[in-house]
Amino acid sequence: MAEPIVQVRNLTKRFGDFTAVDGVSFDIRQGEILGLLGPNGAGKTTSIQMLLGLITPTAGEIRIFGLPFDRHREEILGRVNFSSTYVSMPQALTVEENLRVVGKLYGMDRITSRIDDIVKRLEMEEFRTKITRKLSSGQMTRLSLAKAFLTAPKVLSLDEPTASLDPDIADKTRALIKEIRRSTGLTVLYTSHNMREMEEMSDRIIFLQRGRIVAEGTSEAIKAVYGEADLEDVFLKLARTKPRA
Amino acid sequence: MKLHRIAALLSRHLYLYKRSFPRVLEIVYWPFVDLLIWGFITLYLAQFKAALPNFVLFFLGALILWDVLFRAQQGITISFLEEIWSRNLMNLFASPLTTGEFLAATMILSVSKVLAVSCVTVLAALAFYSFNIFVLGVSLIPFILNLVIAGWCIGVLTTGLIMRYGQEVEVLAWGMVFLFQPISCVFYPLSVLPDWLQAIARLNPATHVFEGMRAVITAGTFPAHNLAWAVGLNAVYLTVLIVWFHVMFAACKDKGLLVRVGE
Ligand SMILES: Nc1ncnc2c1ncn2[C@@H]1O[C@H](COP(=O)(O)OP(=O)(O)O)[C@@H](O)[C@H]1O
Ligand SMILES: [Mg+2]
Repeated sequence: MAEPIVQVRNLTKRFGDFTAVDGVSFDIRQGEILGLLGPNGAGKTTSIQMLLGLITPTAGEIRIFGLPFDRHREEILGRVNFSSTYVSMPQALTVEENLRVVGKLYGMDRITSRIDDIVKRLEMEEFRTKITRKLSSGQMTRLSLAKAFLTAPKVLSLDEPTASLDPDIADKTRALIKEIRRSTGLTVLYTSHNMREMEEMSDRIIFLQRGRIVAEGTSEAIKAVYGEADLEDVFLKLARTKPRA
Repeated sequence: MKLHRIAALLSRHLYLYKRSFPRVLEIVYWPFVDLLIWGFITLYLAQFKAALPNFVLFFLGALILWDVLFRAQQGITISFLEEIWSRNLMNLFASPLTTGEFLAATMILSVSKVLAVSCVTVLAALAFYSFNIFVLGVSLIPFILNLVIAGWCIGVLTTGLIMRYGQEVEVLAWGMVFLFQPISCVFYPLSVLPDWLQAIARLNPATHVFEGMRAVITAGTFPAHNLAWAVGLNAVYLTVLIVWFHVMFAACKDKGLLVRVGE
């Protein structure tokens, strides 16, 4: 079997004496959608930011495309992108100008036709020439997704990508992610607090709590282990259990 | 260093200036107002015909050059603040962009800003005071270049501090350069300072630039030793500060500050 696209071993992040991510190991195979689930403060965002090189791990190893991250940052990040509710984009630029800058930053060619394509797929035509400051939060989220898809990444991290989308656009976004995965073999690392979305999207789920993996598997497998019919009930059960010391 | 990534950052700021009136004001109007106020004061004082024959030349020259230093520094620091204000740092540094490329882009922006501002002040000085800074001669050009680099040094220092210590120190973007003004000998010669302060001022490349400017005006000779000092100090400071910035950047990534600056 081919080597996993993302390999994480004993990933640990301490901020002072607080441990945000605690010896986490997992693989993501090419074309897989891995869901990161867990209560607020579990370490999901910190983990994703380490995979993007925005936070330096205290210990552990990250390999993407088989390359150790710390020695191949530029090469890896050129083929990775992310979207997150926590970031924004330059407010005084139009949607299209922002996308153009991103395209140049990643050294893309045929930027205009790429923008045409992604704008159509995410139904952004009506605000393509709008100033970013004037976007609604749902439109902003779509711009953030568009910037991620624009660079044709091989690995995509999505931190609560559908949090501010209405159900219609959220559904279309999920469909788009799956469609792009089908056509390009995109690998996705995903966080969400929407359990139905988690079940629908993820091939596999990792449940993080206080920086540790407490459950791992397909949503069916996880539900079976905890004897619940609903992922939400598993979440509540896990989140409300005091971890063994 | 990848040029296309530097070009991407430049285009981002070009789009910004194309649309933002207050930012254009920053380049066109404020330097103009500065020059106007100080220029008229200079004209007024010149009526007293003190023993200083080149009074107007000294003052207007110093004013124009001080603006070069200030804008060179601002070019660096404000570019970084723009990224904080628009919560764009994560987008940039989760891309293949390197710290060096980022700094290079801000330096190019800084030079563009200086050029734009200088056009305004030079033309305004000509229109209002018939003062042509180029009568001072081309020997001024290497000094101006050094002033830009001195501005970069202060800009990199300020940016590193803002990145590391966040919003609380953001005002340094406007204030830092004035910390250095008394020991830059902009409007007065080094010799008026007390000895101990002279020793400190000599470590400031800007001091040697302004001393050089005055030498050009009064003696009309080329003050090579002033230039040598400016170049030497700048080379040392810029190298040290760029290394320091990389260290600060790494510290921010370690503390998880990069994803939080501006909060
Ligand atoms: N830069 C930081 N400095 C200190 N603590 C942090 C920092 N970033 C995150 N944390 C802490 O680490 C924990 C995990 O945060 P995070 O990864 O954002 O959780 P999640 O995304 O799962 O909600 C939280 O307790 C948070 O307060
Ligand atoms: Mg989070």
